[in-house]
Amino acid sequence: MTDKLTPVLTDNWDEERSWTLAAYEARGGYGALRKALGGLQPDEIITMVKDSGLRGRGGAGFPTGMKWSFIPQDNPNPKYLVVNADESEPGTCKDIPLMMASPHTLIEGVILSSYAIRANHAFIYVRGEVLHVVRRLRAAVREAYAAGHLGSNIHGSGYDLDLVIHAGAGAYICGEETALLDSLEGRRGQPRLRPPFPAVAGLYASPTVINNVESIASVPSIVAHGADWFASMGTEKSKGYVIYSLSGHVKRPGQYEAPLGITLRELLELGGGMREGHELKFWTPGGSSTPLLTAEHLDMPLDYESVAAAGSMLGTRALQIFDDTTCVVRAVLRWSEFYKHESCGKCTPCREGTWWLVQNLTRLEKGEFSRTEGEEILDLLLDQCDNILGRSFCALGDGATSPVTSSVEYFREEYLAHLDGGGCPFDPAASTAWAVTEGVHA
Amino acid sequence: MTLDARTLDELRQIAARYPQPRSGLLPMLHLVQSAQGRITPEGMEACADILGISAAEVSGVATFYTMYKRRPVGDYHVGVCTNTLCAVMGGDAIFERLKQHLDVGNDEVAEPRDGDQATVSLEHVECNAACDYAPVVMVNWEFMDNQTPDSAARMVDDLRAGVPVQSTRGPRLCTWREAERVLAGFEDGLADEGPSAGPASLVGLEIAREKQWTAPDAEEAK
Repeated sequence: MTDKLTPVLTDNWDEERSWTLAAYEARGGYGALRKALGGLQPDEIITMVKDSGLRGRGGAGFPTGMKWSFIPQDNPNPKYLVVNADESEPGTCKDIPLMMASPHTLIEGVILSSYAIRANHAFIYVRGEVLHVVRRLRAAVREAYAAGHLGSNIHGSGYDLDLVIHAGAGAYICGEETALLDSLEGRRGQPRLRPPFPAVAGLYASPTVINNVESIASVPSIVAHGADWFASMGTEKSKGYVIYSLSGHVKRPGQYEAPLGITLRELLELGGGMREGHELKFWTPGGSSTPLLTAEHLDMPLDYESVAAAGSMLGTRALQIFDDTTCVVRAVLRWSEFYKHESCGKCTPCREGTWWLVQNLTRLEKGEFSRTEGEEILDLLLDQCDNILGRSFCALGDGATSPVTSSVEYFREEYLAHLDGGGCPFDPAASTAWAVTEGVHA
Repeated sequence: MTLDARTLDELRQIAARYPQPRSGLLPMLHLVQSAQGRITPEGMEACADILGISAAEVSGVATFYTMYKRRPVGDYHVGVCTNTLCAVMGGDAIFERLKQHLDVGNDEVAEPRDGDQATVSLEHVECNAACDYAPVVMVNWEFMDNQTPDSAARMVDDLRAGVPVQSTRGPRLCTWREAERVLAGFEDGLADEGPSAGPASLVGLEIAREKQWTAPDAEEAK
């Protein structure tokens, strides 16, 4: 029986100076790299990753090894590995602490993955708004070059790899992999039409693998301990360990690394539950682009299949937890404002649609209508979602509809309670982080 | 305001890091901000010259990304997260308090007072990937975790007065222009400051240690 929490990626985060090469190597770091360069063929690594069952940790859950095998090795162009470190999905906060505490885990993963796909050039595209992470990454790359883990003829293997840390400049859309590629080419970050897929024509129109930080950082453990070890954790179709990020109205928000399939109830129990005197109202399983869930989903296994079966998505395991003090209309309006702001403007359904969503949600929040008119606006809102979902150029538009449609499904009455000029029935002060303390001391 | 020779040289160095020079444009624009305090027409033209593209193409990129500023910001650019989770946890209250306290609107620089050592600007920002530390404030893109309206007001007072302020998970705060230089790819020697991880990042690990839970033994799995 596997333990409830299984620290692998987070296991060295409590060590002194864990971000340094010395600390990482002292616990066996870069051992997987030596093992690979000492006798594993690139295809053997791809097979290991395929056999492990590792699926993309950035949200979509596509099998990582299969993605790698799509790289056409007979293509004469150079191959590239690009790490998506543009962590910006609301609620998602796992890659940033990983890169801050253990940048070498990611870098070792980058080298192994690049070797597997035969890339000699790799990039880590990190969002610009995390200065200290950029510092730690860059220092770690410098150390890795000095130690011979990067550069030409790595440890005498004949394999060459250059790694560039690239800081973005503030655009959520660059988390979308083809927008990220355009951004990395020095352009506006707008998504590309597919096909061709990046595996065939990605960066500089060359074969490119784009993977999330956590996916790539999982590779050294798979190479070191084997595919069976990795697959011994998790569920039948969702294998391995992942980081669950708990935030909001809980006693102990933070990062919990566990096998796929743990439930929110179990995670909440480990963390001491909801904050005192309040109950769970709604939550996101994987960021704001994944449809909201409620207390009825507490015992649903948090794996790819179960969350999809409940009408949502596992996404990035960004568990944003809201209690009974939170107004769902306020929450959804704010997310909608975010999508409107971050829409890149390339396609009409998303650019115009997110604007309309904000306008109607604002009207509903103010509540200056009769109940009958309010019902009509709600239907209009759902109709607008219908015109965005599946009709946008990329997943940003689809994601923008998730909080709206799911909140209307579960909380239609709460929308209507804002009407007849009543406005929001909630006190925003009651949901703040300091509200409980004030109540206790009053 | 022309760019000095050192900056022009560094802009070329950035372009040379990439298989195709245009990939350097984003970090180059960060360096322009570091050198000139904002994105200037001269800065955009210098980038265009080096990359062999038009100034209009550079402008098209510079106007797409929110971190590029066409108007000056303060020495310390304070970003309050008002995306849903932080907003609900108190980010809205912090942002309101700071607007009042500094007498500014969104994306504005506070009027310097007599005796101020540094200027402060205010902006509301989107999710900055630190939700387990909500409500979060960023200063020059360093984390200031678990803020309250009072702590944020004290912090901006300290910044204006020239009192050193330490990031909750990083070094003593540098200026916005110094930060932009780091984003452009030039190290400032501060990577070793701050902890490995903040308290919230370690919550699950602490529980695992306490209960002696670990990942499966690799030998047994074979």
